[in-house]
Amino acid sequence: MKKNMIVIATAILFVVLFIVTATIYNNQKDKELSSASLENIEHIQRDYSPIIGPLDAKVTIVEFFDPACGTCSAFYPFVKQLMKDNPGKVNLVLRYLPLHQNSDVIVSILEAARIQNRFWETLERAYETRDLWIEHHVSRPKKLWQQLGGLGLDMVKLNNDVQSAEIARRIKLDILDAQQLNVTKTPGFFVNGKPLVHFGYQQLQQLVESEISANY
Amino acid sequence: MRKHFNRMTQDKIKTEKQQGWGLIFICWIIAMAALFGSLFFSEVMGLKPCVLCWWQRVFIYPLAVLFLVGMFPQGDKVDLSVVRYTLPLAAIGLGFAIYHYLVYSGFIPESLQPCSEELSCAQIDLELMGFITIPMLSIFAYSAIIILLIIYRKRFYQ
Repeated sequence: MKKNMIVIATAILFVVLFIVTATIYNNQKDKELSSASLENIEHIQRDYSPIIGPLDAKVTIVEFFDPACGTCSAFYPFVKQLMKDNPGKVNLVLRYLPLHQNSDVIVSILEAARIQNRFWETLERAYETRDLWIEHHVSRPKKLWQQLGGLGLDMVKLNNDVQSAEIARRIKLDILDAQQLNVTKTPGFFVNGKPLVHFGYQQLQQLVESEISANY
Repeated sequence: MRKHFNRMTQDKIKTEKQQGWGLIFICWIIAMAALFGSLFFSEVMGLKPCVLCWWQRVFIYPLAVLFLVGMFPQGDKVDLSVVRYTLPLAAIGLGFAIYHYLVYSGFIPESLQPCSEELSCAQIDLELMGFITIPMLSIFAYSAIIILLIIYRKRFYQ
């Protein structure tokens, strides 16, 4: 029947049109994103941010993250593996983008733990116990607090430092930078200032490897 | 001669049974355009649909399926009653679209509208050619479908 053909052809046309316009749109967006981050290079990295790995490494991964974000937690071991696979060449800078409700408090706990040199241990503990302190996508700082035993933290000092104005200032600046860089989801990665446009393990690995071969 | 006549009447019956097909076809195209368009906004452009957008989606997505099913003959008969099932959906959808438009343009204050704090329905994310907004497109799609269905109903269904 002729009409069947018309209907099928129209349906195919819709799908093809959708894919074509989506591809064009994405390509254009990629270009915009790359050029935007080059203009905003000073927003990508701040000297106060926590950093892990050799300081003289020529490849720096900057990650905007939220400790309550499941994908950030899933990416953490992967990023560490990337650093292990390329010893001495890659370091990681973490920046805060607390998108979940109350996550700003969680982040200031991490910052306060950093004053006691326990940042990475506390972050790992927070990731491990995520299920225990997040309820319906809302962070419960008090419940995280209960999970922080055995890390050697001075809890009284921690409690004071959480309120610190300097910590609040840093978190605020991180959030502003994320907005400036158009990072709206976590984790948001930059490798040597280049944004990870298409999100995924493999894409991140490729970006890191291309920067390594460009710099070593 | 008789054979020829026979075929002519058969053709006539067939076209009578196919009447209104074109109208339903246009309705389907509008519904498909709305479906793919809204998916483009949310999945490709990354504009998150607010609560009212979701309600409008709820009523337009099934239309793309219902019109499609209605266009295919049952035996040799086009399912004329498709209008019975699609018109109510389109009417309710239009209600949400108009409500959304009023929230958008500020006739209904923000505090009265049922959107979550993080995702305001009154925030204008997209303006095509400077004035075409998403609720406007939605109103246009729903109204066009409703008008076509009413014409269809008057001409072919009753």
